[in-house]
Formats: sequence, C-alpha cells, structure tokens
Amino acid sequence: MQLPLKGVTILEFSQYLSGPCAGLRLADLGARVIKIERPEGGDSGRRLAIKNLWVDESSLVFHTINRNKESITADLKNADDLVFVKQLIASADVMMHNFRPGVMEGLGLDYQSVKSINPAIIYTQISGYGNKGPWNHKPGQDLLAQVISGLAYATGNKDDHPIPFGLAIGDYLCGNQSVQAILAALIRRHKTGQGALLELSLLESLIDFQFEFFTTYFQTFQQHERSAINNGHPLLSAPYGIYQTSDGYIAIAMMPLHKLNNVVQSEALGNYSEKETFEKRDEIKAILSQCFLSTTTDVWLQKMHDLDLWVMPVLNWEQLMQSSTYQALNMEQELSVDDDKKIITTRCPIRYNKQYFLSSKPAPKLGEHTKEIKKELANKKIWNS
Amino acid sequence: MELLKDILVLDFSQFLSGPSASLRLADMGARVIKIERPGTGDICRQLYVSDAEVNGESTIFHSINRNKESYQADIKNVIDLGRIKNLIKKADVMIHNFRPGVMERIGLSYDATKEINPQLVYASINGYSEKGEWKDKPGQDLLLQSVSGITWLSGNKDDNPTPMGVAVADILAGTHLVQGILAALFGRFTTGEGALVEVSMLESLLDFQFEVLTCFYNDGHVLPERSALNNAHAYIAAPYGIYKTSTGYLALAMGDIVRLGTLLLCDKLLTYTNQADWFDKRDEIKMILQDHLISKSVYDWLAILEPADIWCAKVFDYDMLMEEDGFKILDMVQDVRAGEQFIRTTRCPIRVDGQLLTSEKGAPALGEHTASIIKEFNL
Repeated sequence: MQLPLKGVTILEFSQYLSGPCAGLRLADLGARVIKIERPEGGDSGRRLAIKNLWVDESSLVFHTINRNKESITADLKNADDLVFVKQLIASADVMMHNFRPGVMEGLGLDYQSVKSINPAIIYTQISGYGNKGPWNHKPGQDLLAQVISGLAYATGNKDDHPIPFGLAIGDYLCGNQSVQAILAALIRRHKTGQGALLELSLLESLIDFQFEFFTTYFQTFQQHERSAINNGHPLLSAPYGIYQTSDGYIAIAMMPLHKLNNVVQSEALGNYSEKETFEKRDEIKAILSQCFLSTTTDVWLQKMHDLDLWVMPVLNWEQLMQSSTYQALNMEQELSVDDDKKIITTRCPIRYNKQYFLSSKPAPKLGEHTKEIKKELANKKIWNS
Repeated sequence: MELLKDILVLDFSQFLSGPSASLRLADMGARVIKIERPGTGDICRQLYVSDAEVNGESTIFHSINRNKESYQADIKNVIDLGRIKNLIKKADVMIHNFRPGVMERIGLSYDATKEINPQLVYASINGYSEKGEWKDKPGQDLLLQSVSGITWLSGNKDDNPTPMGVAVADILAGTHLVQGILAALFGRFTTGEGALVEVSMLESLLDFQFEVLTCFYNDGHVLPERSALNNAHAYIAAPYGIYKTSTGYLALAMGDIVRLGTLLLCDKLLTYTNQADWFDKRDEIKMILQDHLISKSVYDWLAILEPADIWCAKVFDYDMLMEEDGFKILDMVQDVRAGEQFIRTTRCPIRVDGQLLTSEKGAPALGEHTASIIKEFNL
C-alpha cells in the first residue's frame, strides 16, 4: 500500500507519552519519524516501566509507544551537536516537542529561531497548561492535568472521591489532536508553501474532551453530579450504567423505561414516568440494581436483545478476545525486536482502503541511527522537503 | 490562511462520533454541510441531557454542530438522492456513522460514490467494524466501553466495573477518523485519488489502551487489578491517586515514597525503602497516606510539596476551575449564535500561528441552508 504520509519527515524532541504517541501515529501513516534524544539515557520513557516489564535496556511501554521510529542522540547544549540538529531541522517537514515552556527558547530552538532555518517547518509544541499564566511551569503530568480540568468528577458515584480516568487520557488525547493539527498544516503547506506554529496543551485538550459538560455548565452554572449508584455518565438519565447480575455485569444504555420494565417487570419501576428519569435516577437505579441480580447476564442479554434494547455484557480483555468481533479486527501485530525476541502490540486503529497500517519495525535503540543519518546529511541525500 | 480552507465536507452522521469529527474539520477551516433527513434531522437535536435545552433543542447538539450548515434531504426520494449525488461530485470528504450495510442499500457505498467522484475521501465510523458477531449492534459509547475491557481500569478494586464518565469511545473514534481523513487528503496530492477511511469505536478504544494491552499480550494475559483505594491507574505504584484532605482533595502523581514521608512528616512511610514495594504494597502505602493527609488542608500540603517539586495538584470541580487565572488565561470559552441568542461553549483546543480557532457561527436549524446550497451548486 502507498502510505499517505510517505516522504514526510518528523523530528520528535518529545518524551514520555503525549508527543511520542503523536509520532507513533504519524509513523504508522507513513512518515519517517526520528527521535532526537539526549546521549545520557535518552527519552526518560525508556526507563519508565509498568509491571516491571523490560524488553532490553528500555521498557516494554517505551517499545509500545516508540515502535516504527528512528533514534539519534544529540546534546542540545553542545555546539557541534546543535549544528547537526539544525541541519536536520533544515530538511525536515515537522518538528514536535513537549518540553516545558522556555526550554526550547533557552536552546535557541524556539519557533522564531527554527523558522529562520526552515521557514516552511511545521513546529508543534505540547505543554501541560499553555505557555502563559500561573500554571505554565507546573509539570505537564496526566493525572494532574485531569484533576485540574475537572474531569475527576465525571467517573464513579456521587459519594466516591473524585475518580480520574484510569488511563492517561490527557497525554493520549493531546497527542492525537496534535496529529490532526500537523496533518491539516501539511495540507495547507502543500498548497501555499507556508509553515505553521501549532500549540496544544493537556489542559486545553481535556477541556475540549468535556465540551458537552462545559457547555451544559455554562447554561446552568451547576456543577454536574454523578449519580448515587451505577453512574455511567453524569448528564444522563436512568437507566444508563453498569449493573451487577447473578453471575457478572451488564451495561444498560439509554432506553425508554416502560420498554425496560417489560423485561425486568418491576412493580416499583412502574411508578416512574419517562419525565422523571433524570431527576429520580438514583431511585430508579436502586430498583434496577436489585432487579438485575435475579438472573444471569446471558438471560438478560437474550431478553433485551430480542427487543432491540441497547445492552451489552461487561467483559475483561480475556473475554473480549474470545469474541468473533475481536478476532476479525486483527488488532494485534508482532514486532521483531531481535532475532529471538518478539513483542505483540496493537496496530493503528485506522483502516485505509480496506487495509491495515502495519509495521514490524521495533523501537530504536538509543542513538541507533545517529551514524547513518549523519552520513545521509553529509551526502546531501536529504529526504524531500 | 485557515489550515483546511476550500475543503468541502458532507457529513451524514448523527449523535457524537461523526459530528465531533466534522466539528474539528470545521474549526480548522473546512466547510461542513450536515446532510439531515426531513422532520427530525440528526437525532441528537432531540437528545436532552441533564434537562438542558436551547430553543427547544439540546445544548449538546448546539455544542457539537456549531460552525456547520444543514442540508435537508430524504435520501430515499429519487430527486433528493440525485441532488446529493451532485453534491458528492463537488465534495472532498464525506462522513457517515450508519451501521454496516445502510449506505450500501441507499446506493451511497464507497464503491458507488467513487464512481461519481474518484477523488472523494469516504470516511465511516461504526461500533464494531463490518465483521464478527456484534457488527449489527448499535455503536453506543457505554456499550463499547463495556465490551472493550476499559471498565476494569478506573475506580477501586472492589467497585463494580466503572465506565469512564465521558463519551470517550465516540470522541476518540471521531478523533481518529479526522486523522485518517486528513492523511488521505494529504495522500491525494500524490495519488490524485480519494480513499476509504474506516474506524470503529472498538478499535479506537483498543488503541486508547495500547500501553496496558501490550503488557497484557506479553505478560501471559494477566488481567489488570485496580488498587484497593485511591486508584488512578491500575499499573502504577503508590502514591499515584487522589486523596481526601481536611478540606478538598489532593492528587499525587508518581513520587518517591520515602521522600514523601520525610516532607509530609509521615514516619510510617520511611520504612518503604525498597522501590518494588511501592507497587507491591501500594494498598497499605495508600492507606497510610490517606490517614495522614486527612489531618490537614489541601493548601497546607501543597505549600510543602510544590516547593519541593513533588508532582501534585489540587482537585478542581468546575466552580473552582472557573475562578482560576490559569483557566481564564486559556480563553477556552466562546459564544456562538443559537437563533436570536448566543450560547456559551468551548473552542477548538488547537492554536495555529498564535491564533485561537474560534467562530461565532452557531449550529444550523434543520435544513437552514438547503435552498442556498441547491442554488450555489446548481443541484
């Protein structure tokens, strides 16, 4: 398959997740992504392991986020290395970084300086909280950005502590939005020759993520509340939520109460009208949570799917993998790290002309491509621009 | 110049996943025309949440569909369908989020539209892709979260499986679709041809879990276990979590337990000198921390921890956030038209060339632009 971003070169001065997950997506779409890492240790993400899982000197998480990329090392405080990096910048299409505000200025690699080397560059900066204001030096860390954005009041039940998303949604979303911006800027550049400065932050991404909540808040100025039990979404009426059955859990999306009552047949539920499903959702959910305990998930699913009601079982990964849907997705792909070492990871979620974006290229070792890329530069075998 | 100037997008989609994608395209400069059926239009127009409405339509609809036009058409009517096909000839992108088979039956499958316009980028979102046992099931956010395994990552160990309280499957599928669409528009410069871009909400949620799923795949399929209390990430060691203080809540990200013990004057923490214990014994460490942090206010703790560069923050709800200069300076709020009035919403999170991407153009009334579009494109 002809990859849509073939011929595009991206320099990734980023660490951890937000910038690198953007680089990963661009790489899968066909761009050449070169990580610029410091000689001592490189991307700090190399040494950040979860569950103590390591592949080589770098963690499995690093390998997951940085597959399909190249790596060079450069000490940006060293004059020779900086010359090398500026040569690279001169022939690159995109550069991205997620340093705290001020760091790139200190190195002479801020947008204005870079623009004088390469006016058509697409310069992308990810920060925690924007470049200005009282928070611009707070660490751009996912959990902290989540709790500052108000997101911890969406998940869990009313009397729980604030509960964050159990995944790095701020990093992930901001990285993904950076990809959108970079692609749009590449389109404009192709038409006009014009470069771009793109700025994003975890906090702005997380506010955007909650746009339904903020818009509702701006009309009422009332902080939304999670339902007392079985909360699925603070703005939605009963029955929306996850309920325990006699042998597991079932997810119940929106549906008319009387239709639901045809299935659960509760006298108490009959006392509530459709109009009361938001205001009295806690009472309704309390009744339902008792009803669903009476039989198994499969029995409920069958009864409710027969009526086209919106329900599904609550699965863990092992159970999901048994489904023919998961198996048909071909979501897993294999990376060959060394001759004898394989990693299984997920593929890019986008399908293109009925094909998958797959790549078995593993994450680079620190500085693995420094020599080769220096040679390319020396031979002026510079990729397009 | 706006990034996506002169790009014409036809959006046949409803609710949130597809419309959130076309909203992003609109904010970056594309022209987006919603194709809506007569009478009801996008069903989201009637989807009220939290009992909030504007001009008889849901506030949610207004926030998702601002900066777009609306063209009303009954695609089962021959004349209307002919006009739609004429419009497709002029379009760069079309988006839909019907279940598999629907567009094929109408005669607007990718193969059919490619005949009309070989340069068209055709983008679709559905719940579970076109294959497998769930292909005809509705692509609904909570249901997708529930089958994807993601409900075992938030909340505490003994809680029910806990869905994320925002429509994350819809929004991420929309986000990924925009990536695919823009990559295809860029690829078109080289090939001169359009492309078919497909995303399912399930694939999007699996991608969102890519780090932890990769652990699972390579670690003998060990399922995640949330910590017993103050869980914020099933795979991260103590202190990672949100803690109650005497007033308000404090979030602590990754940090050195012994150093925390020293700073917070919490002697019980000083014994955890073995780093591996920070994960293995995270429940008891979190318990000690929780018992200790309840004794003072969040401000007292921040005054100790922030100067020491410990990664921490006060937990805000919206009322608190609105008062913060750090929020105000972002200019995240904009007012858009809704008939005679304005409705306050958020803006696109991307800054381009130092500019905010804002537009006061509100959501269209159903069919508001039908006549003018027929005329403009000579349909």
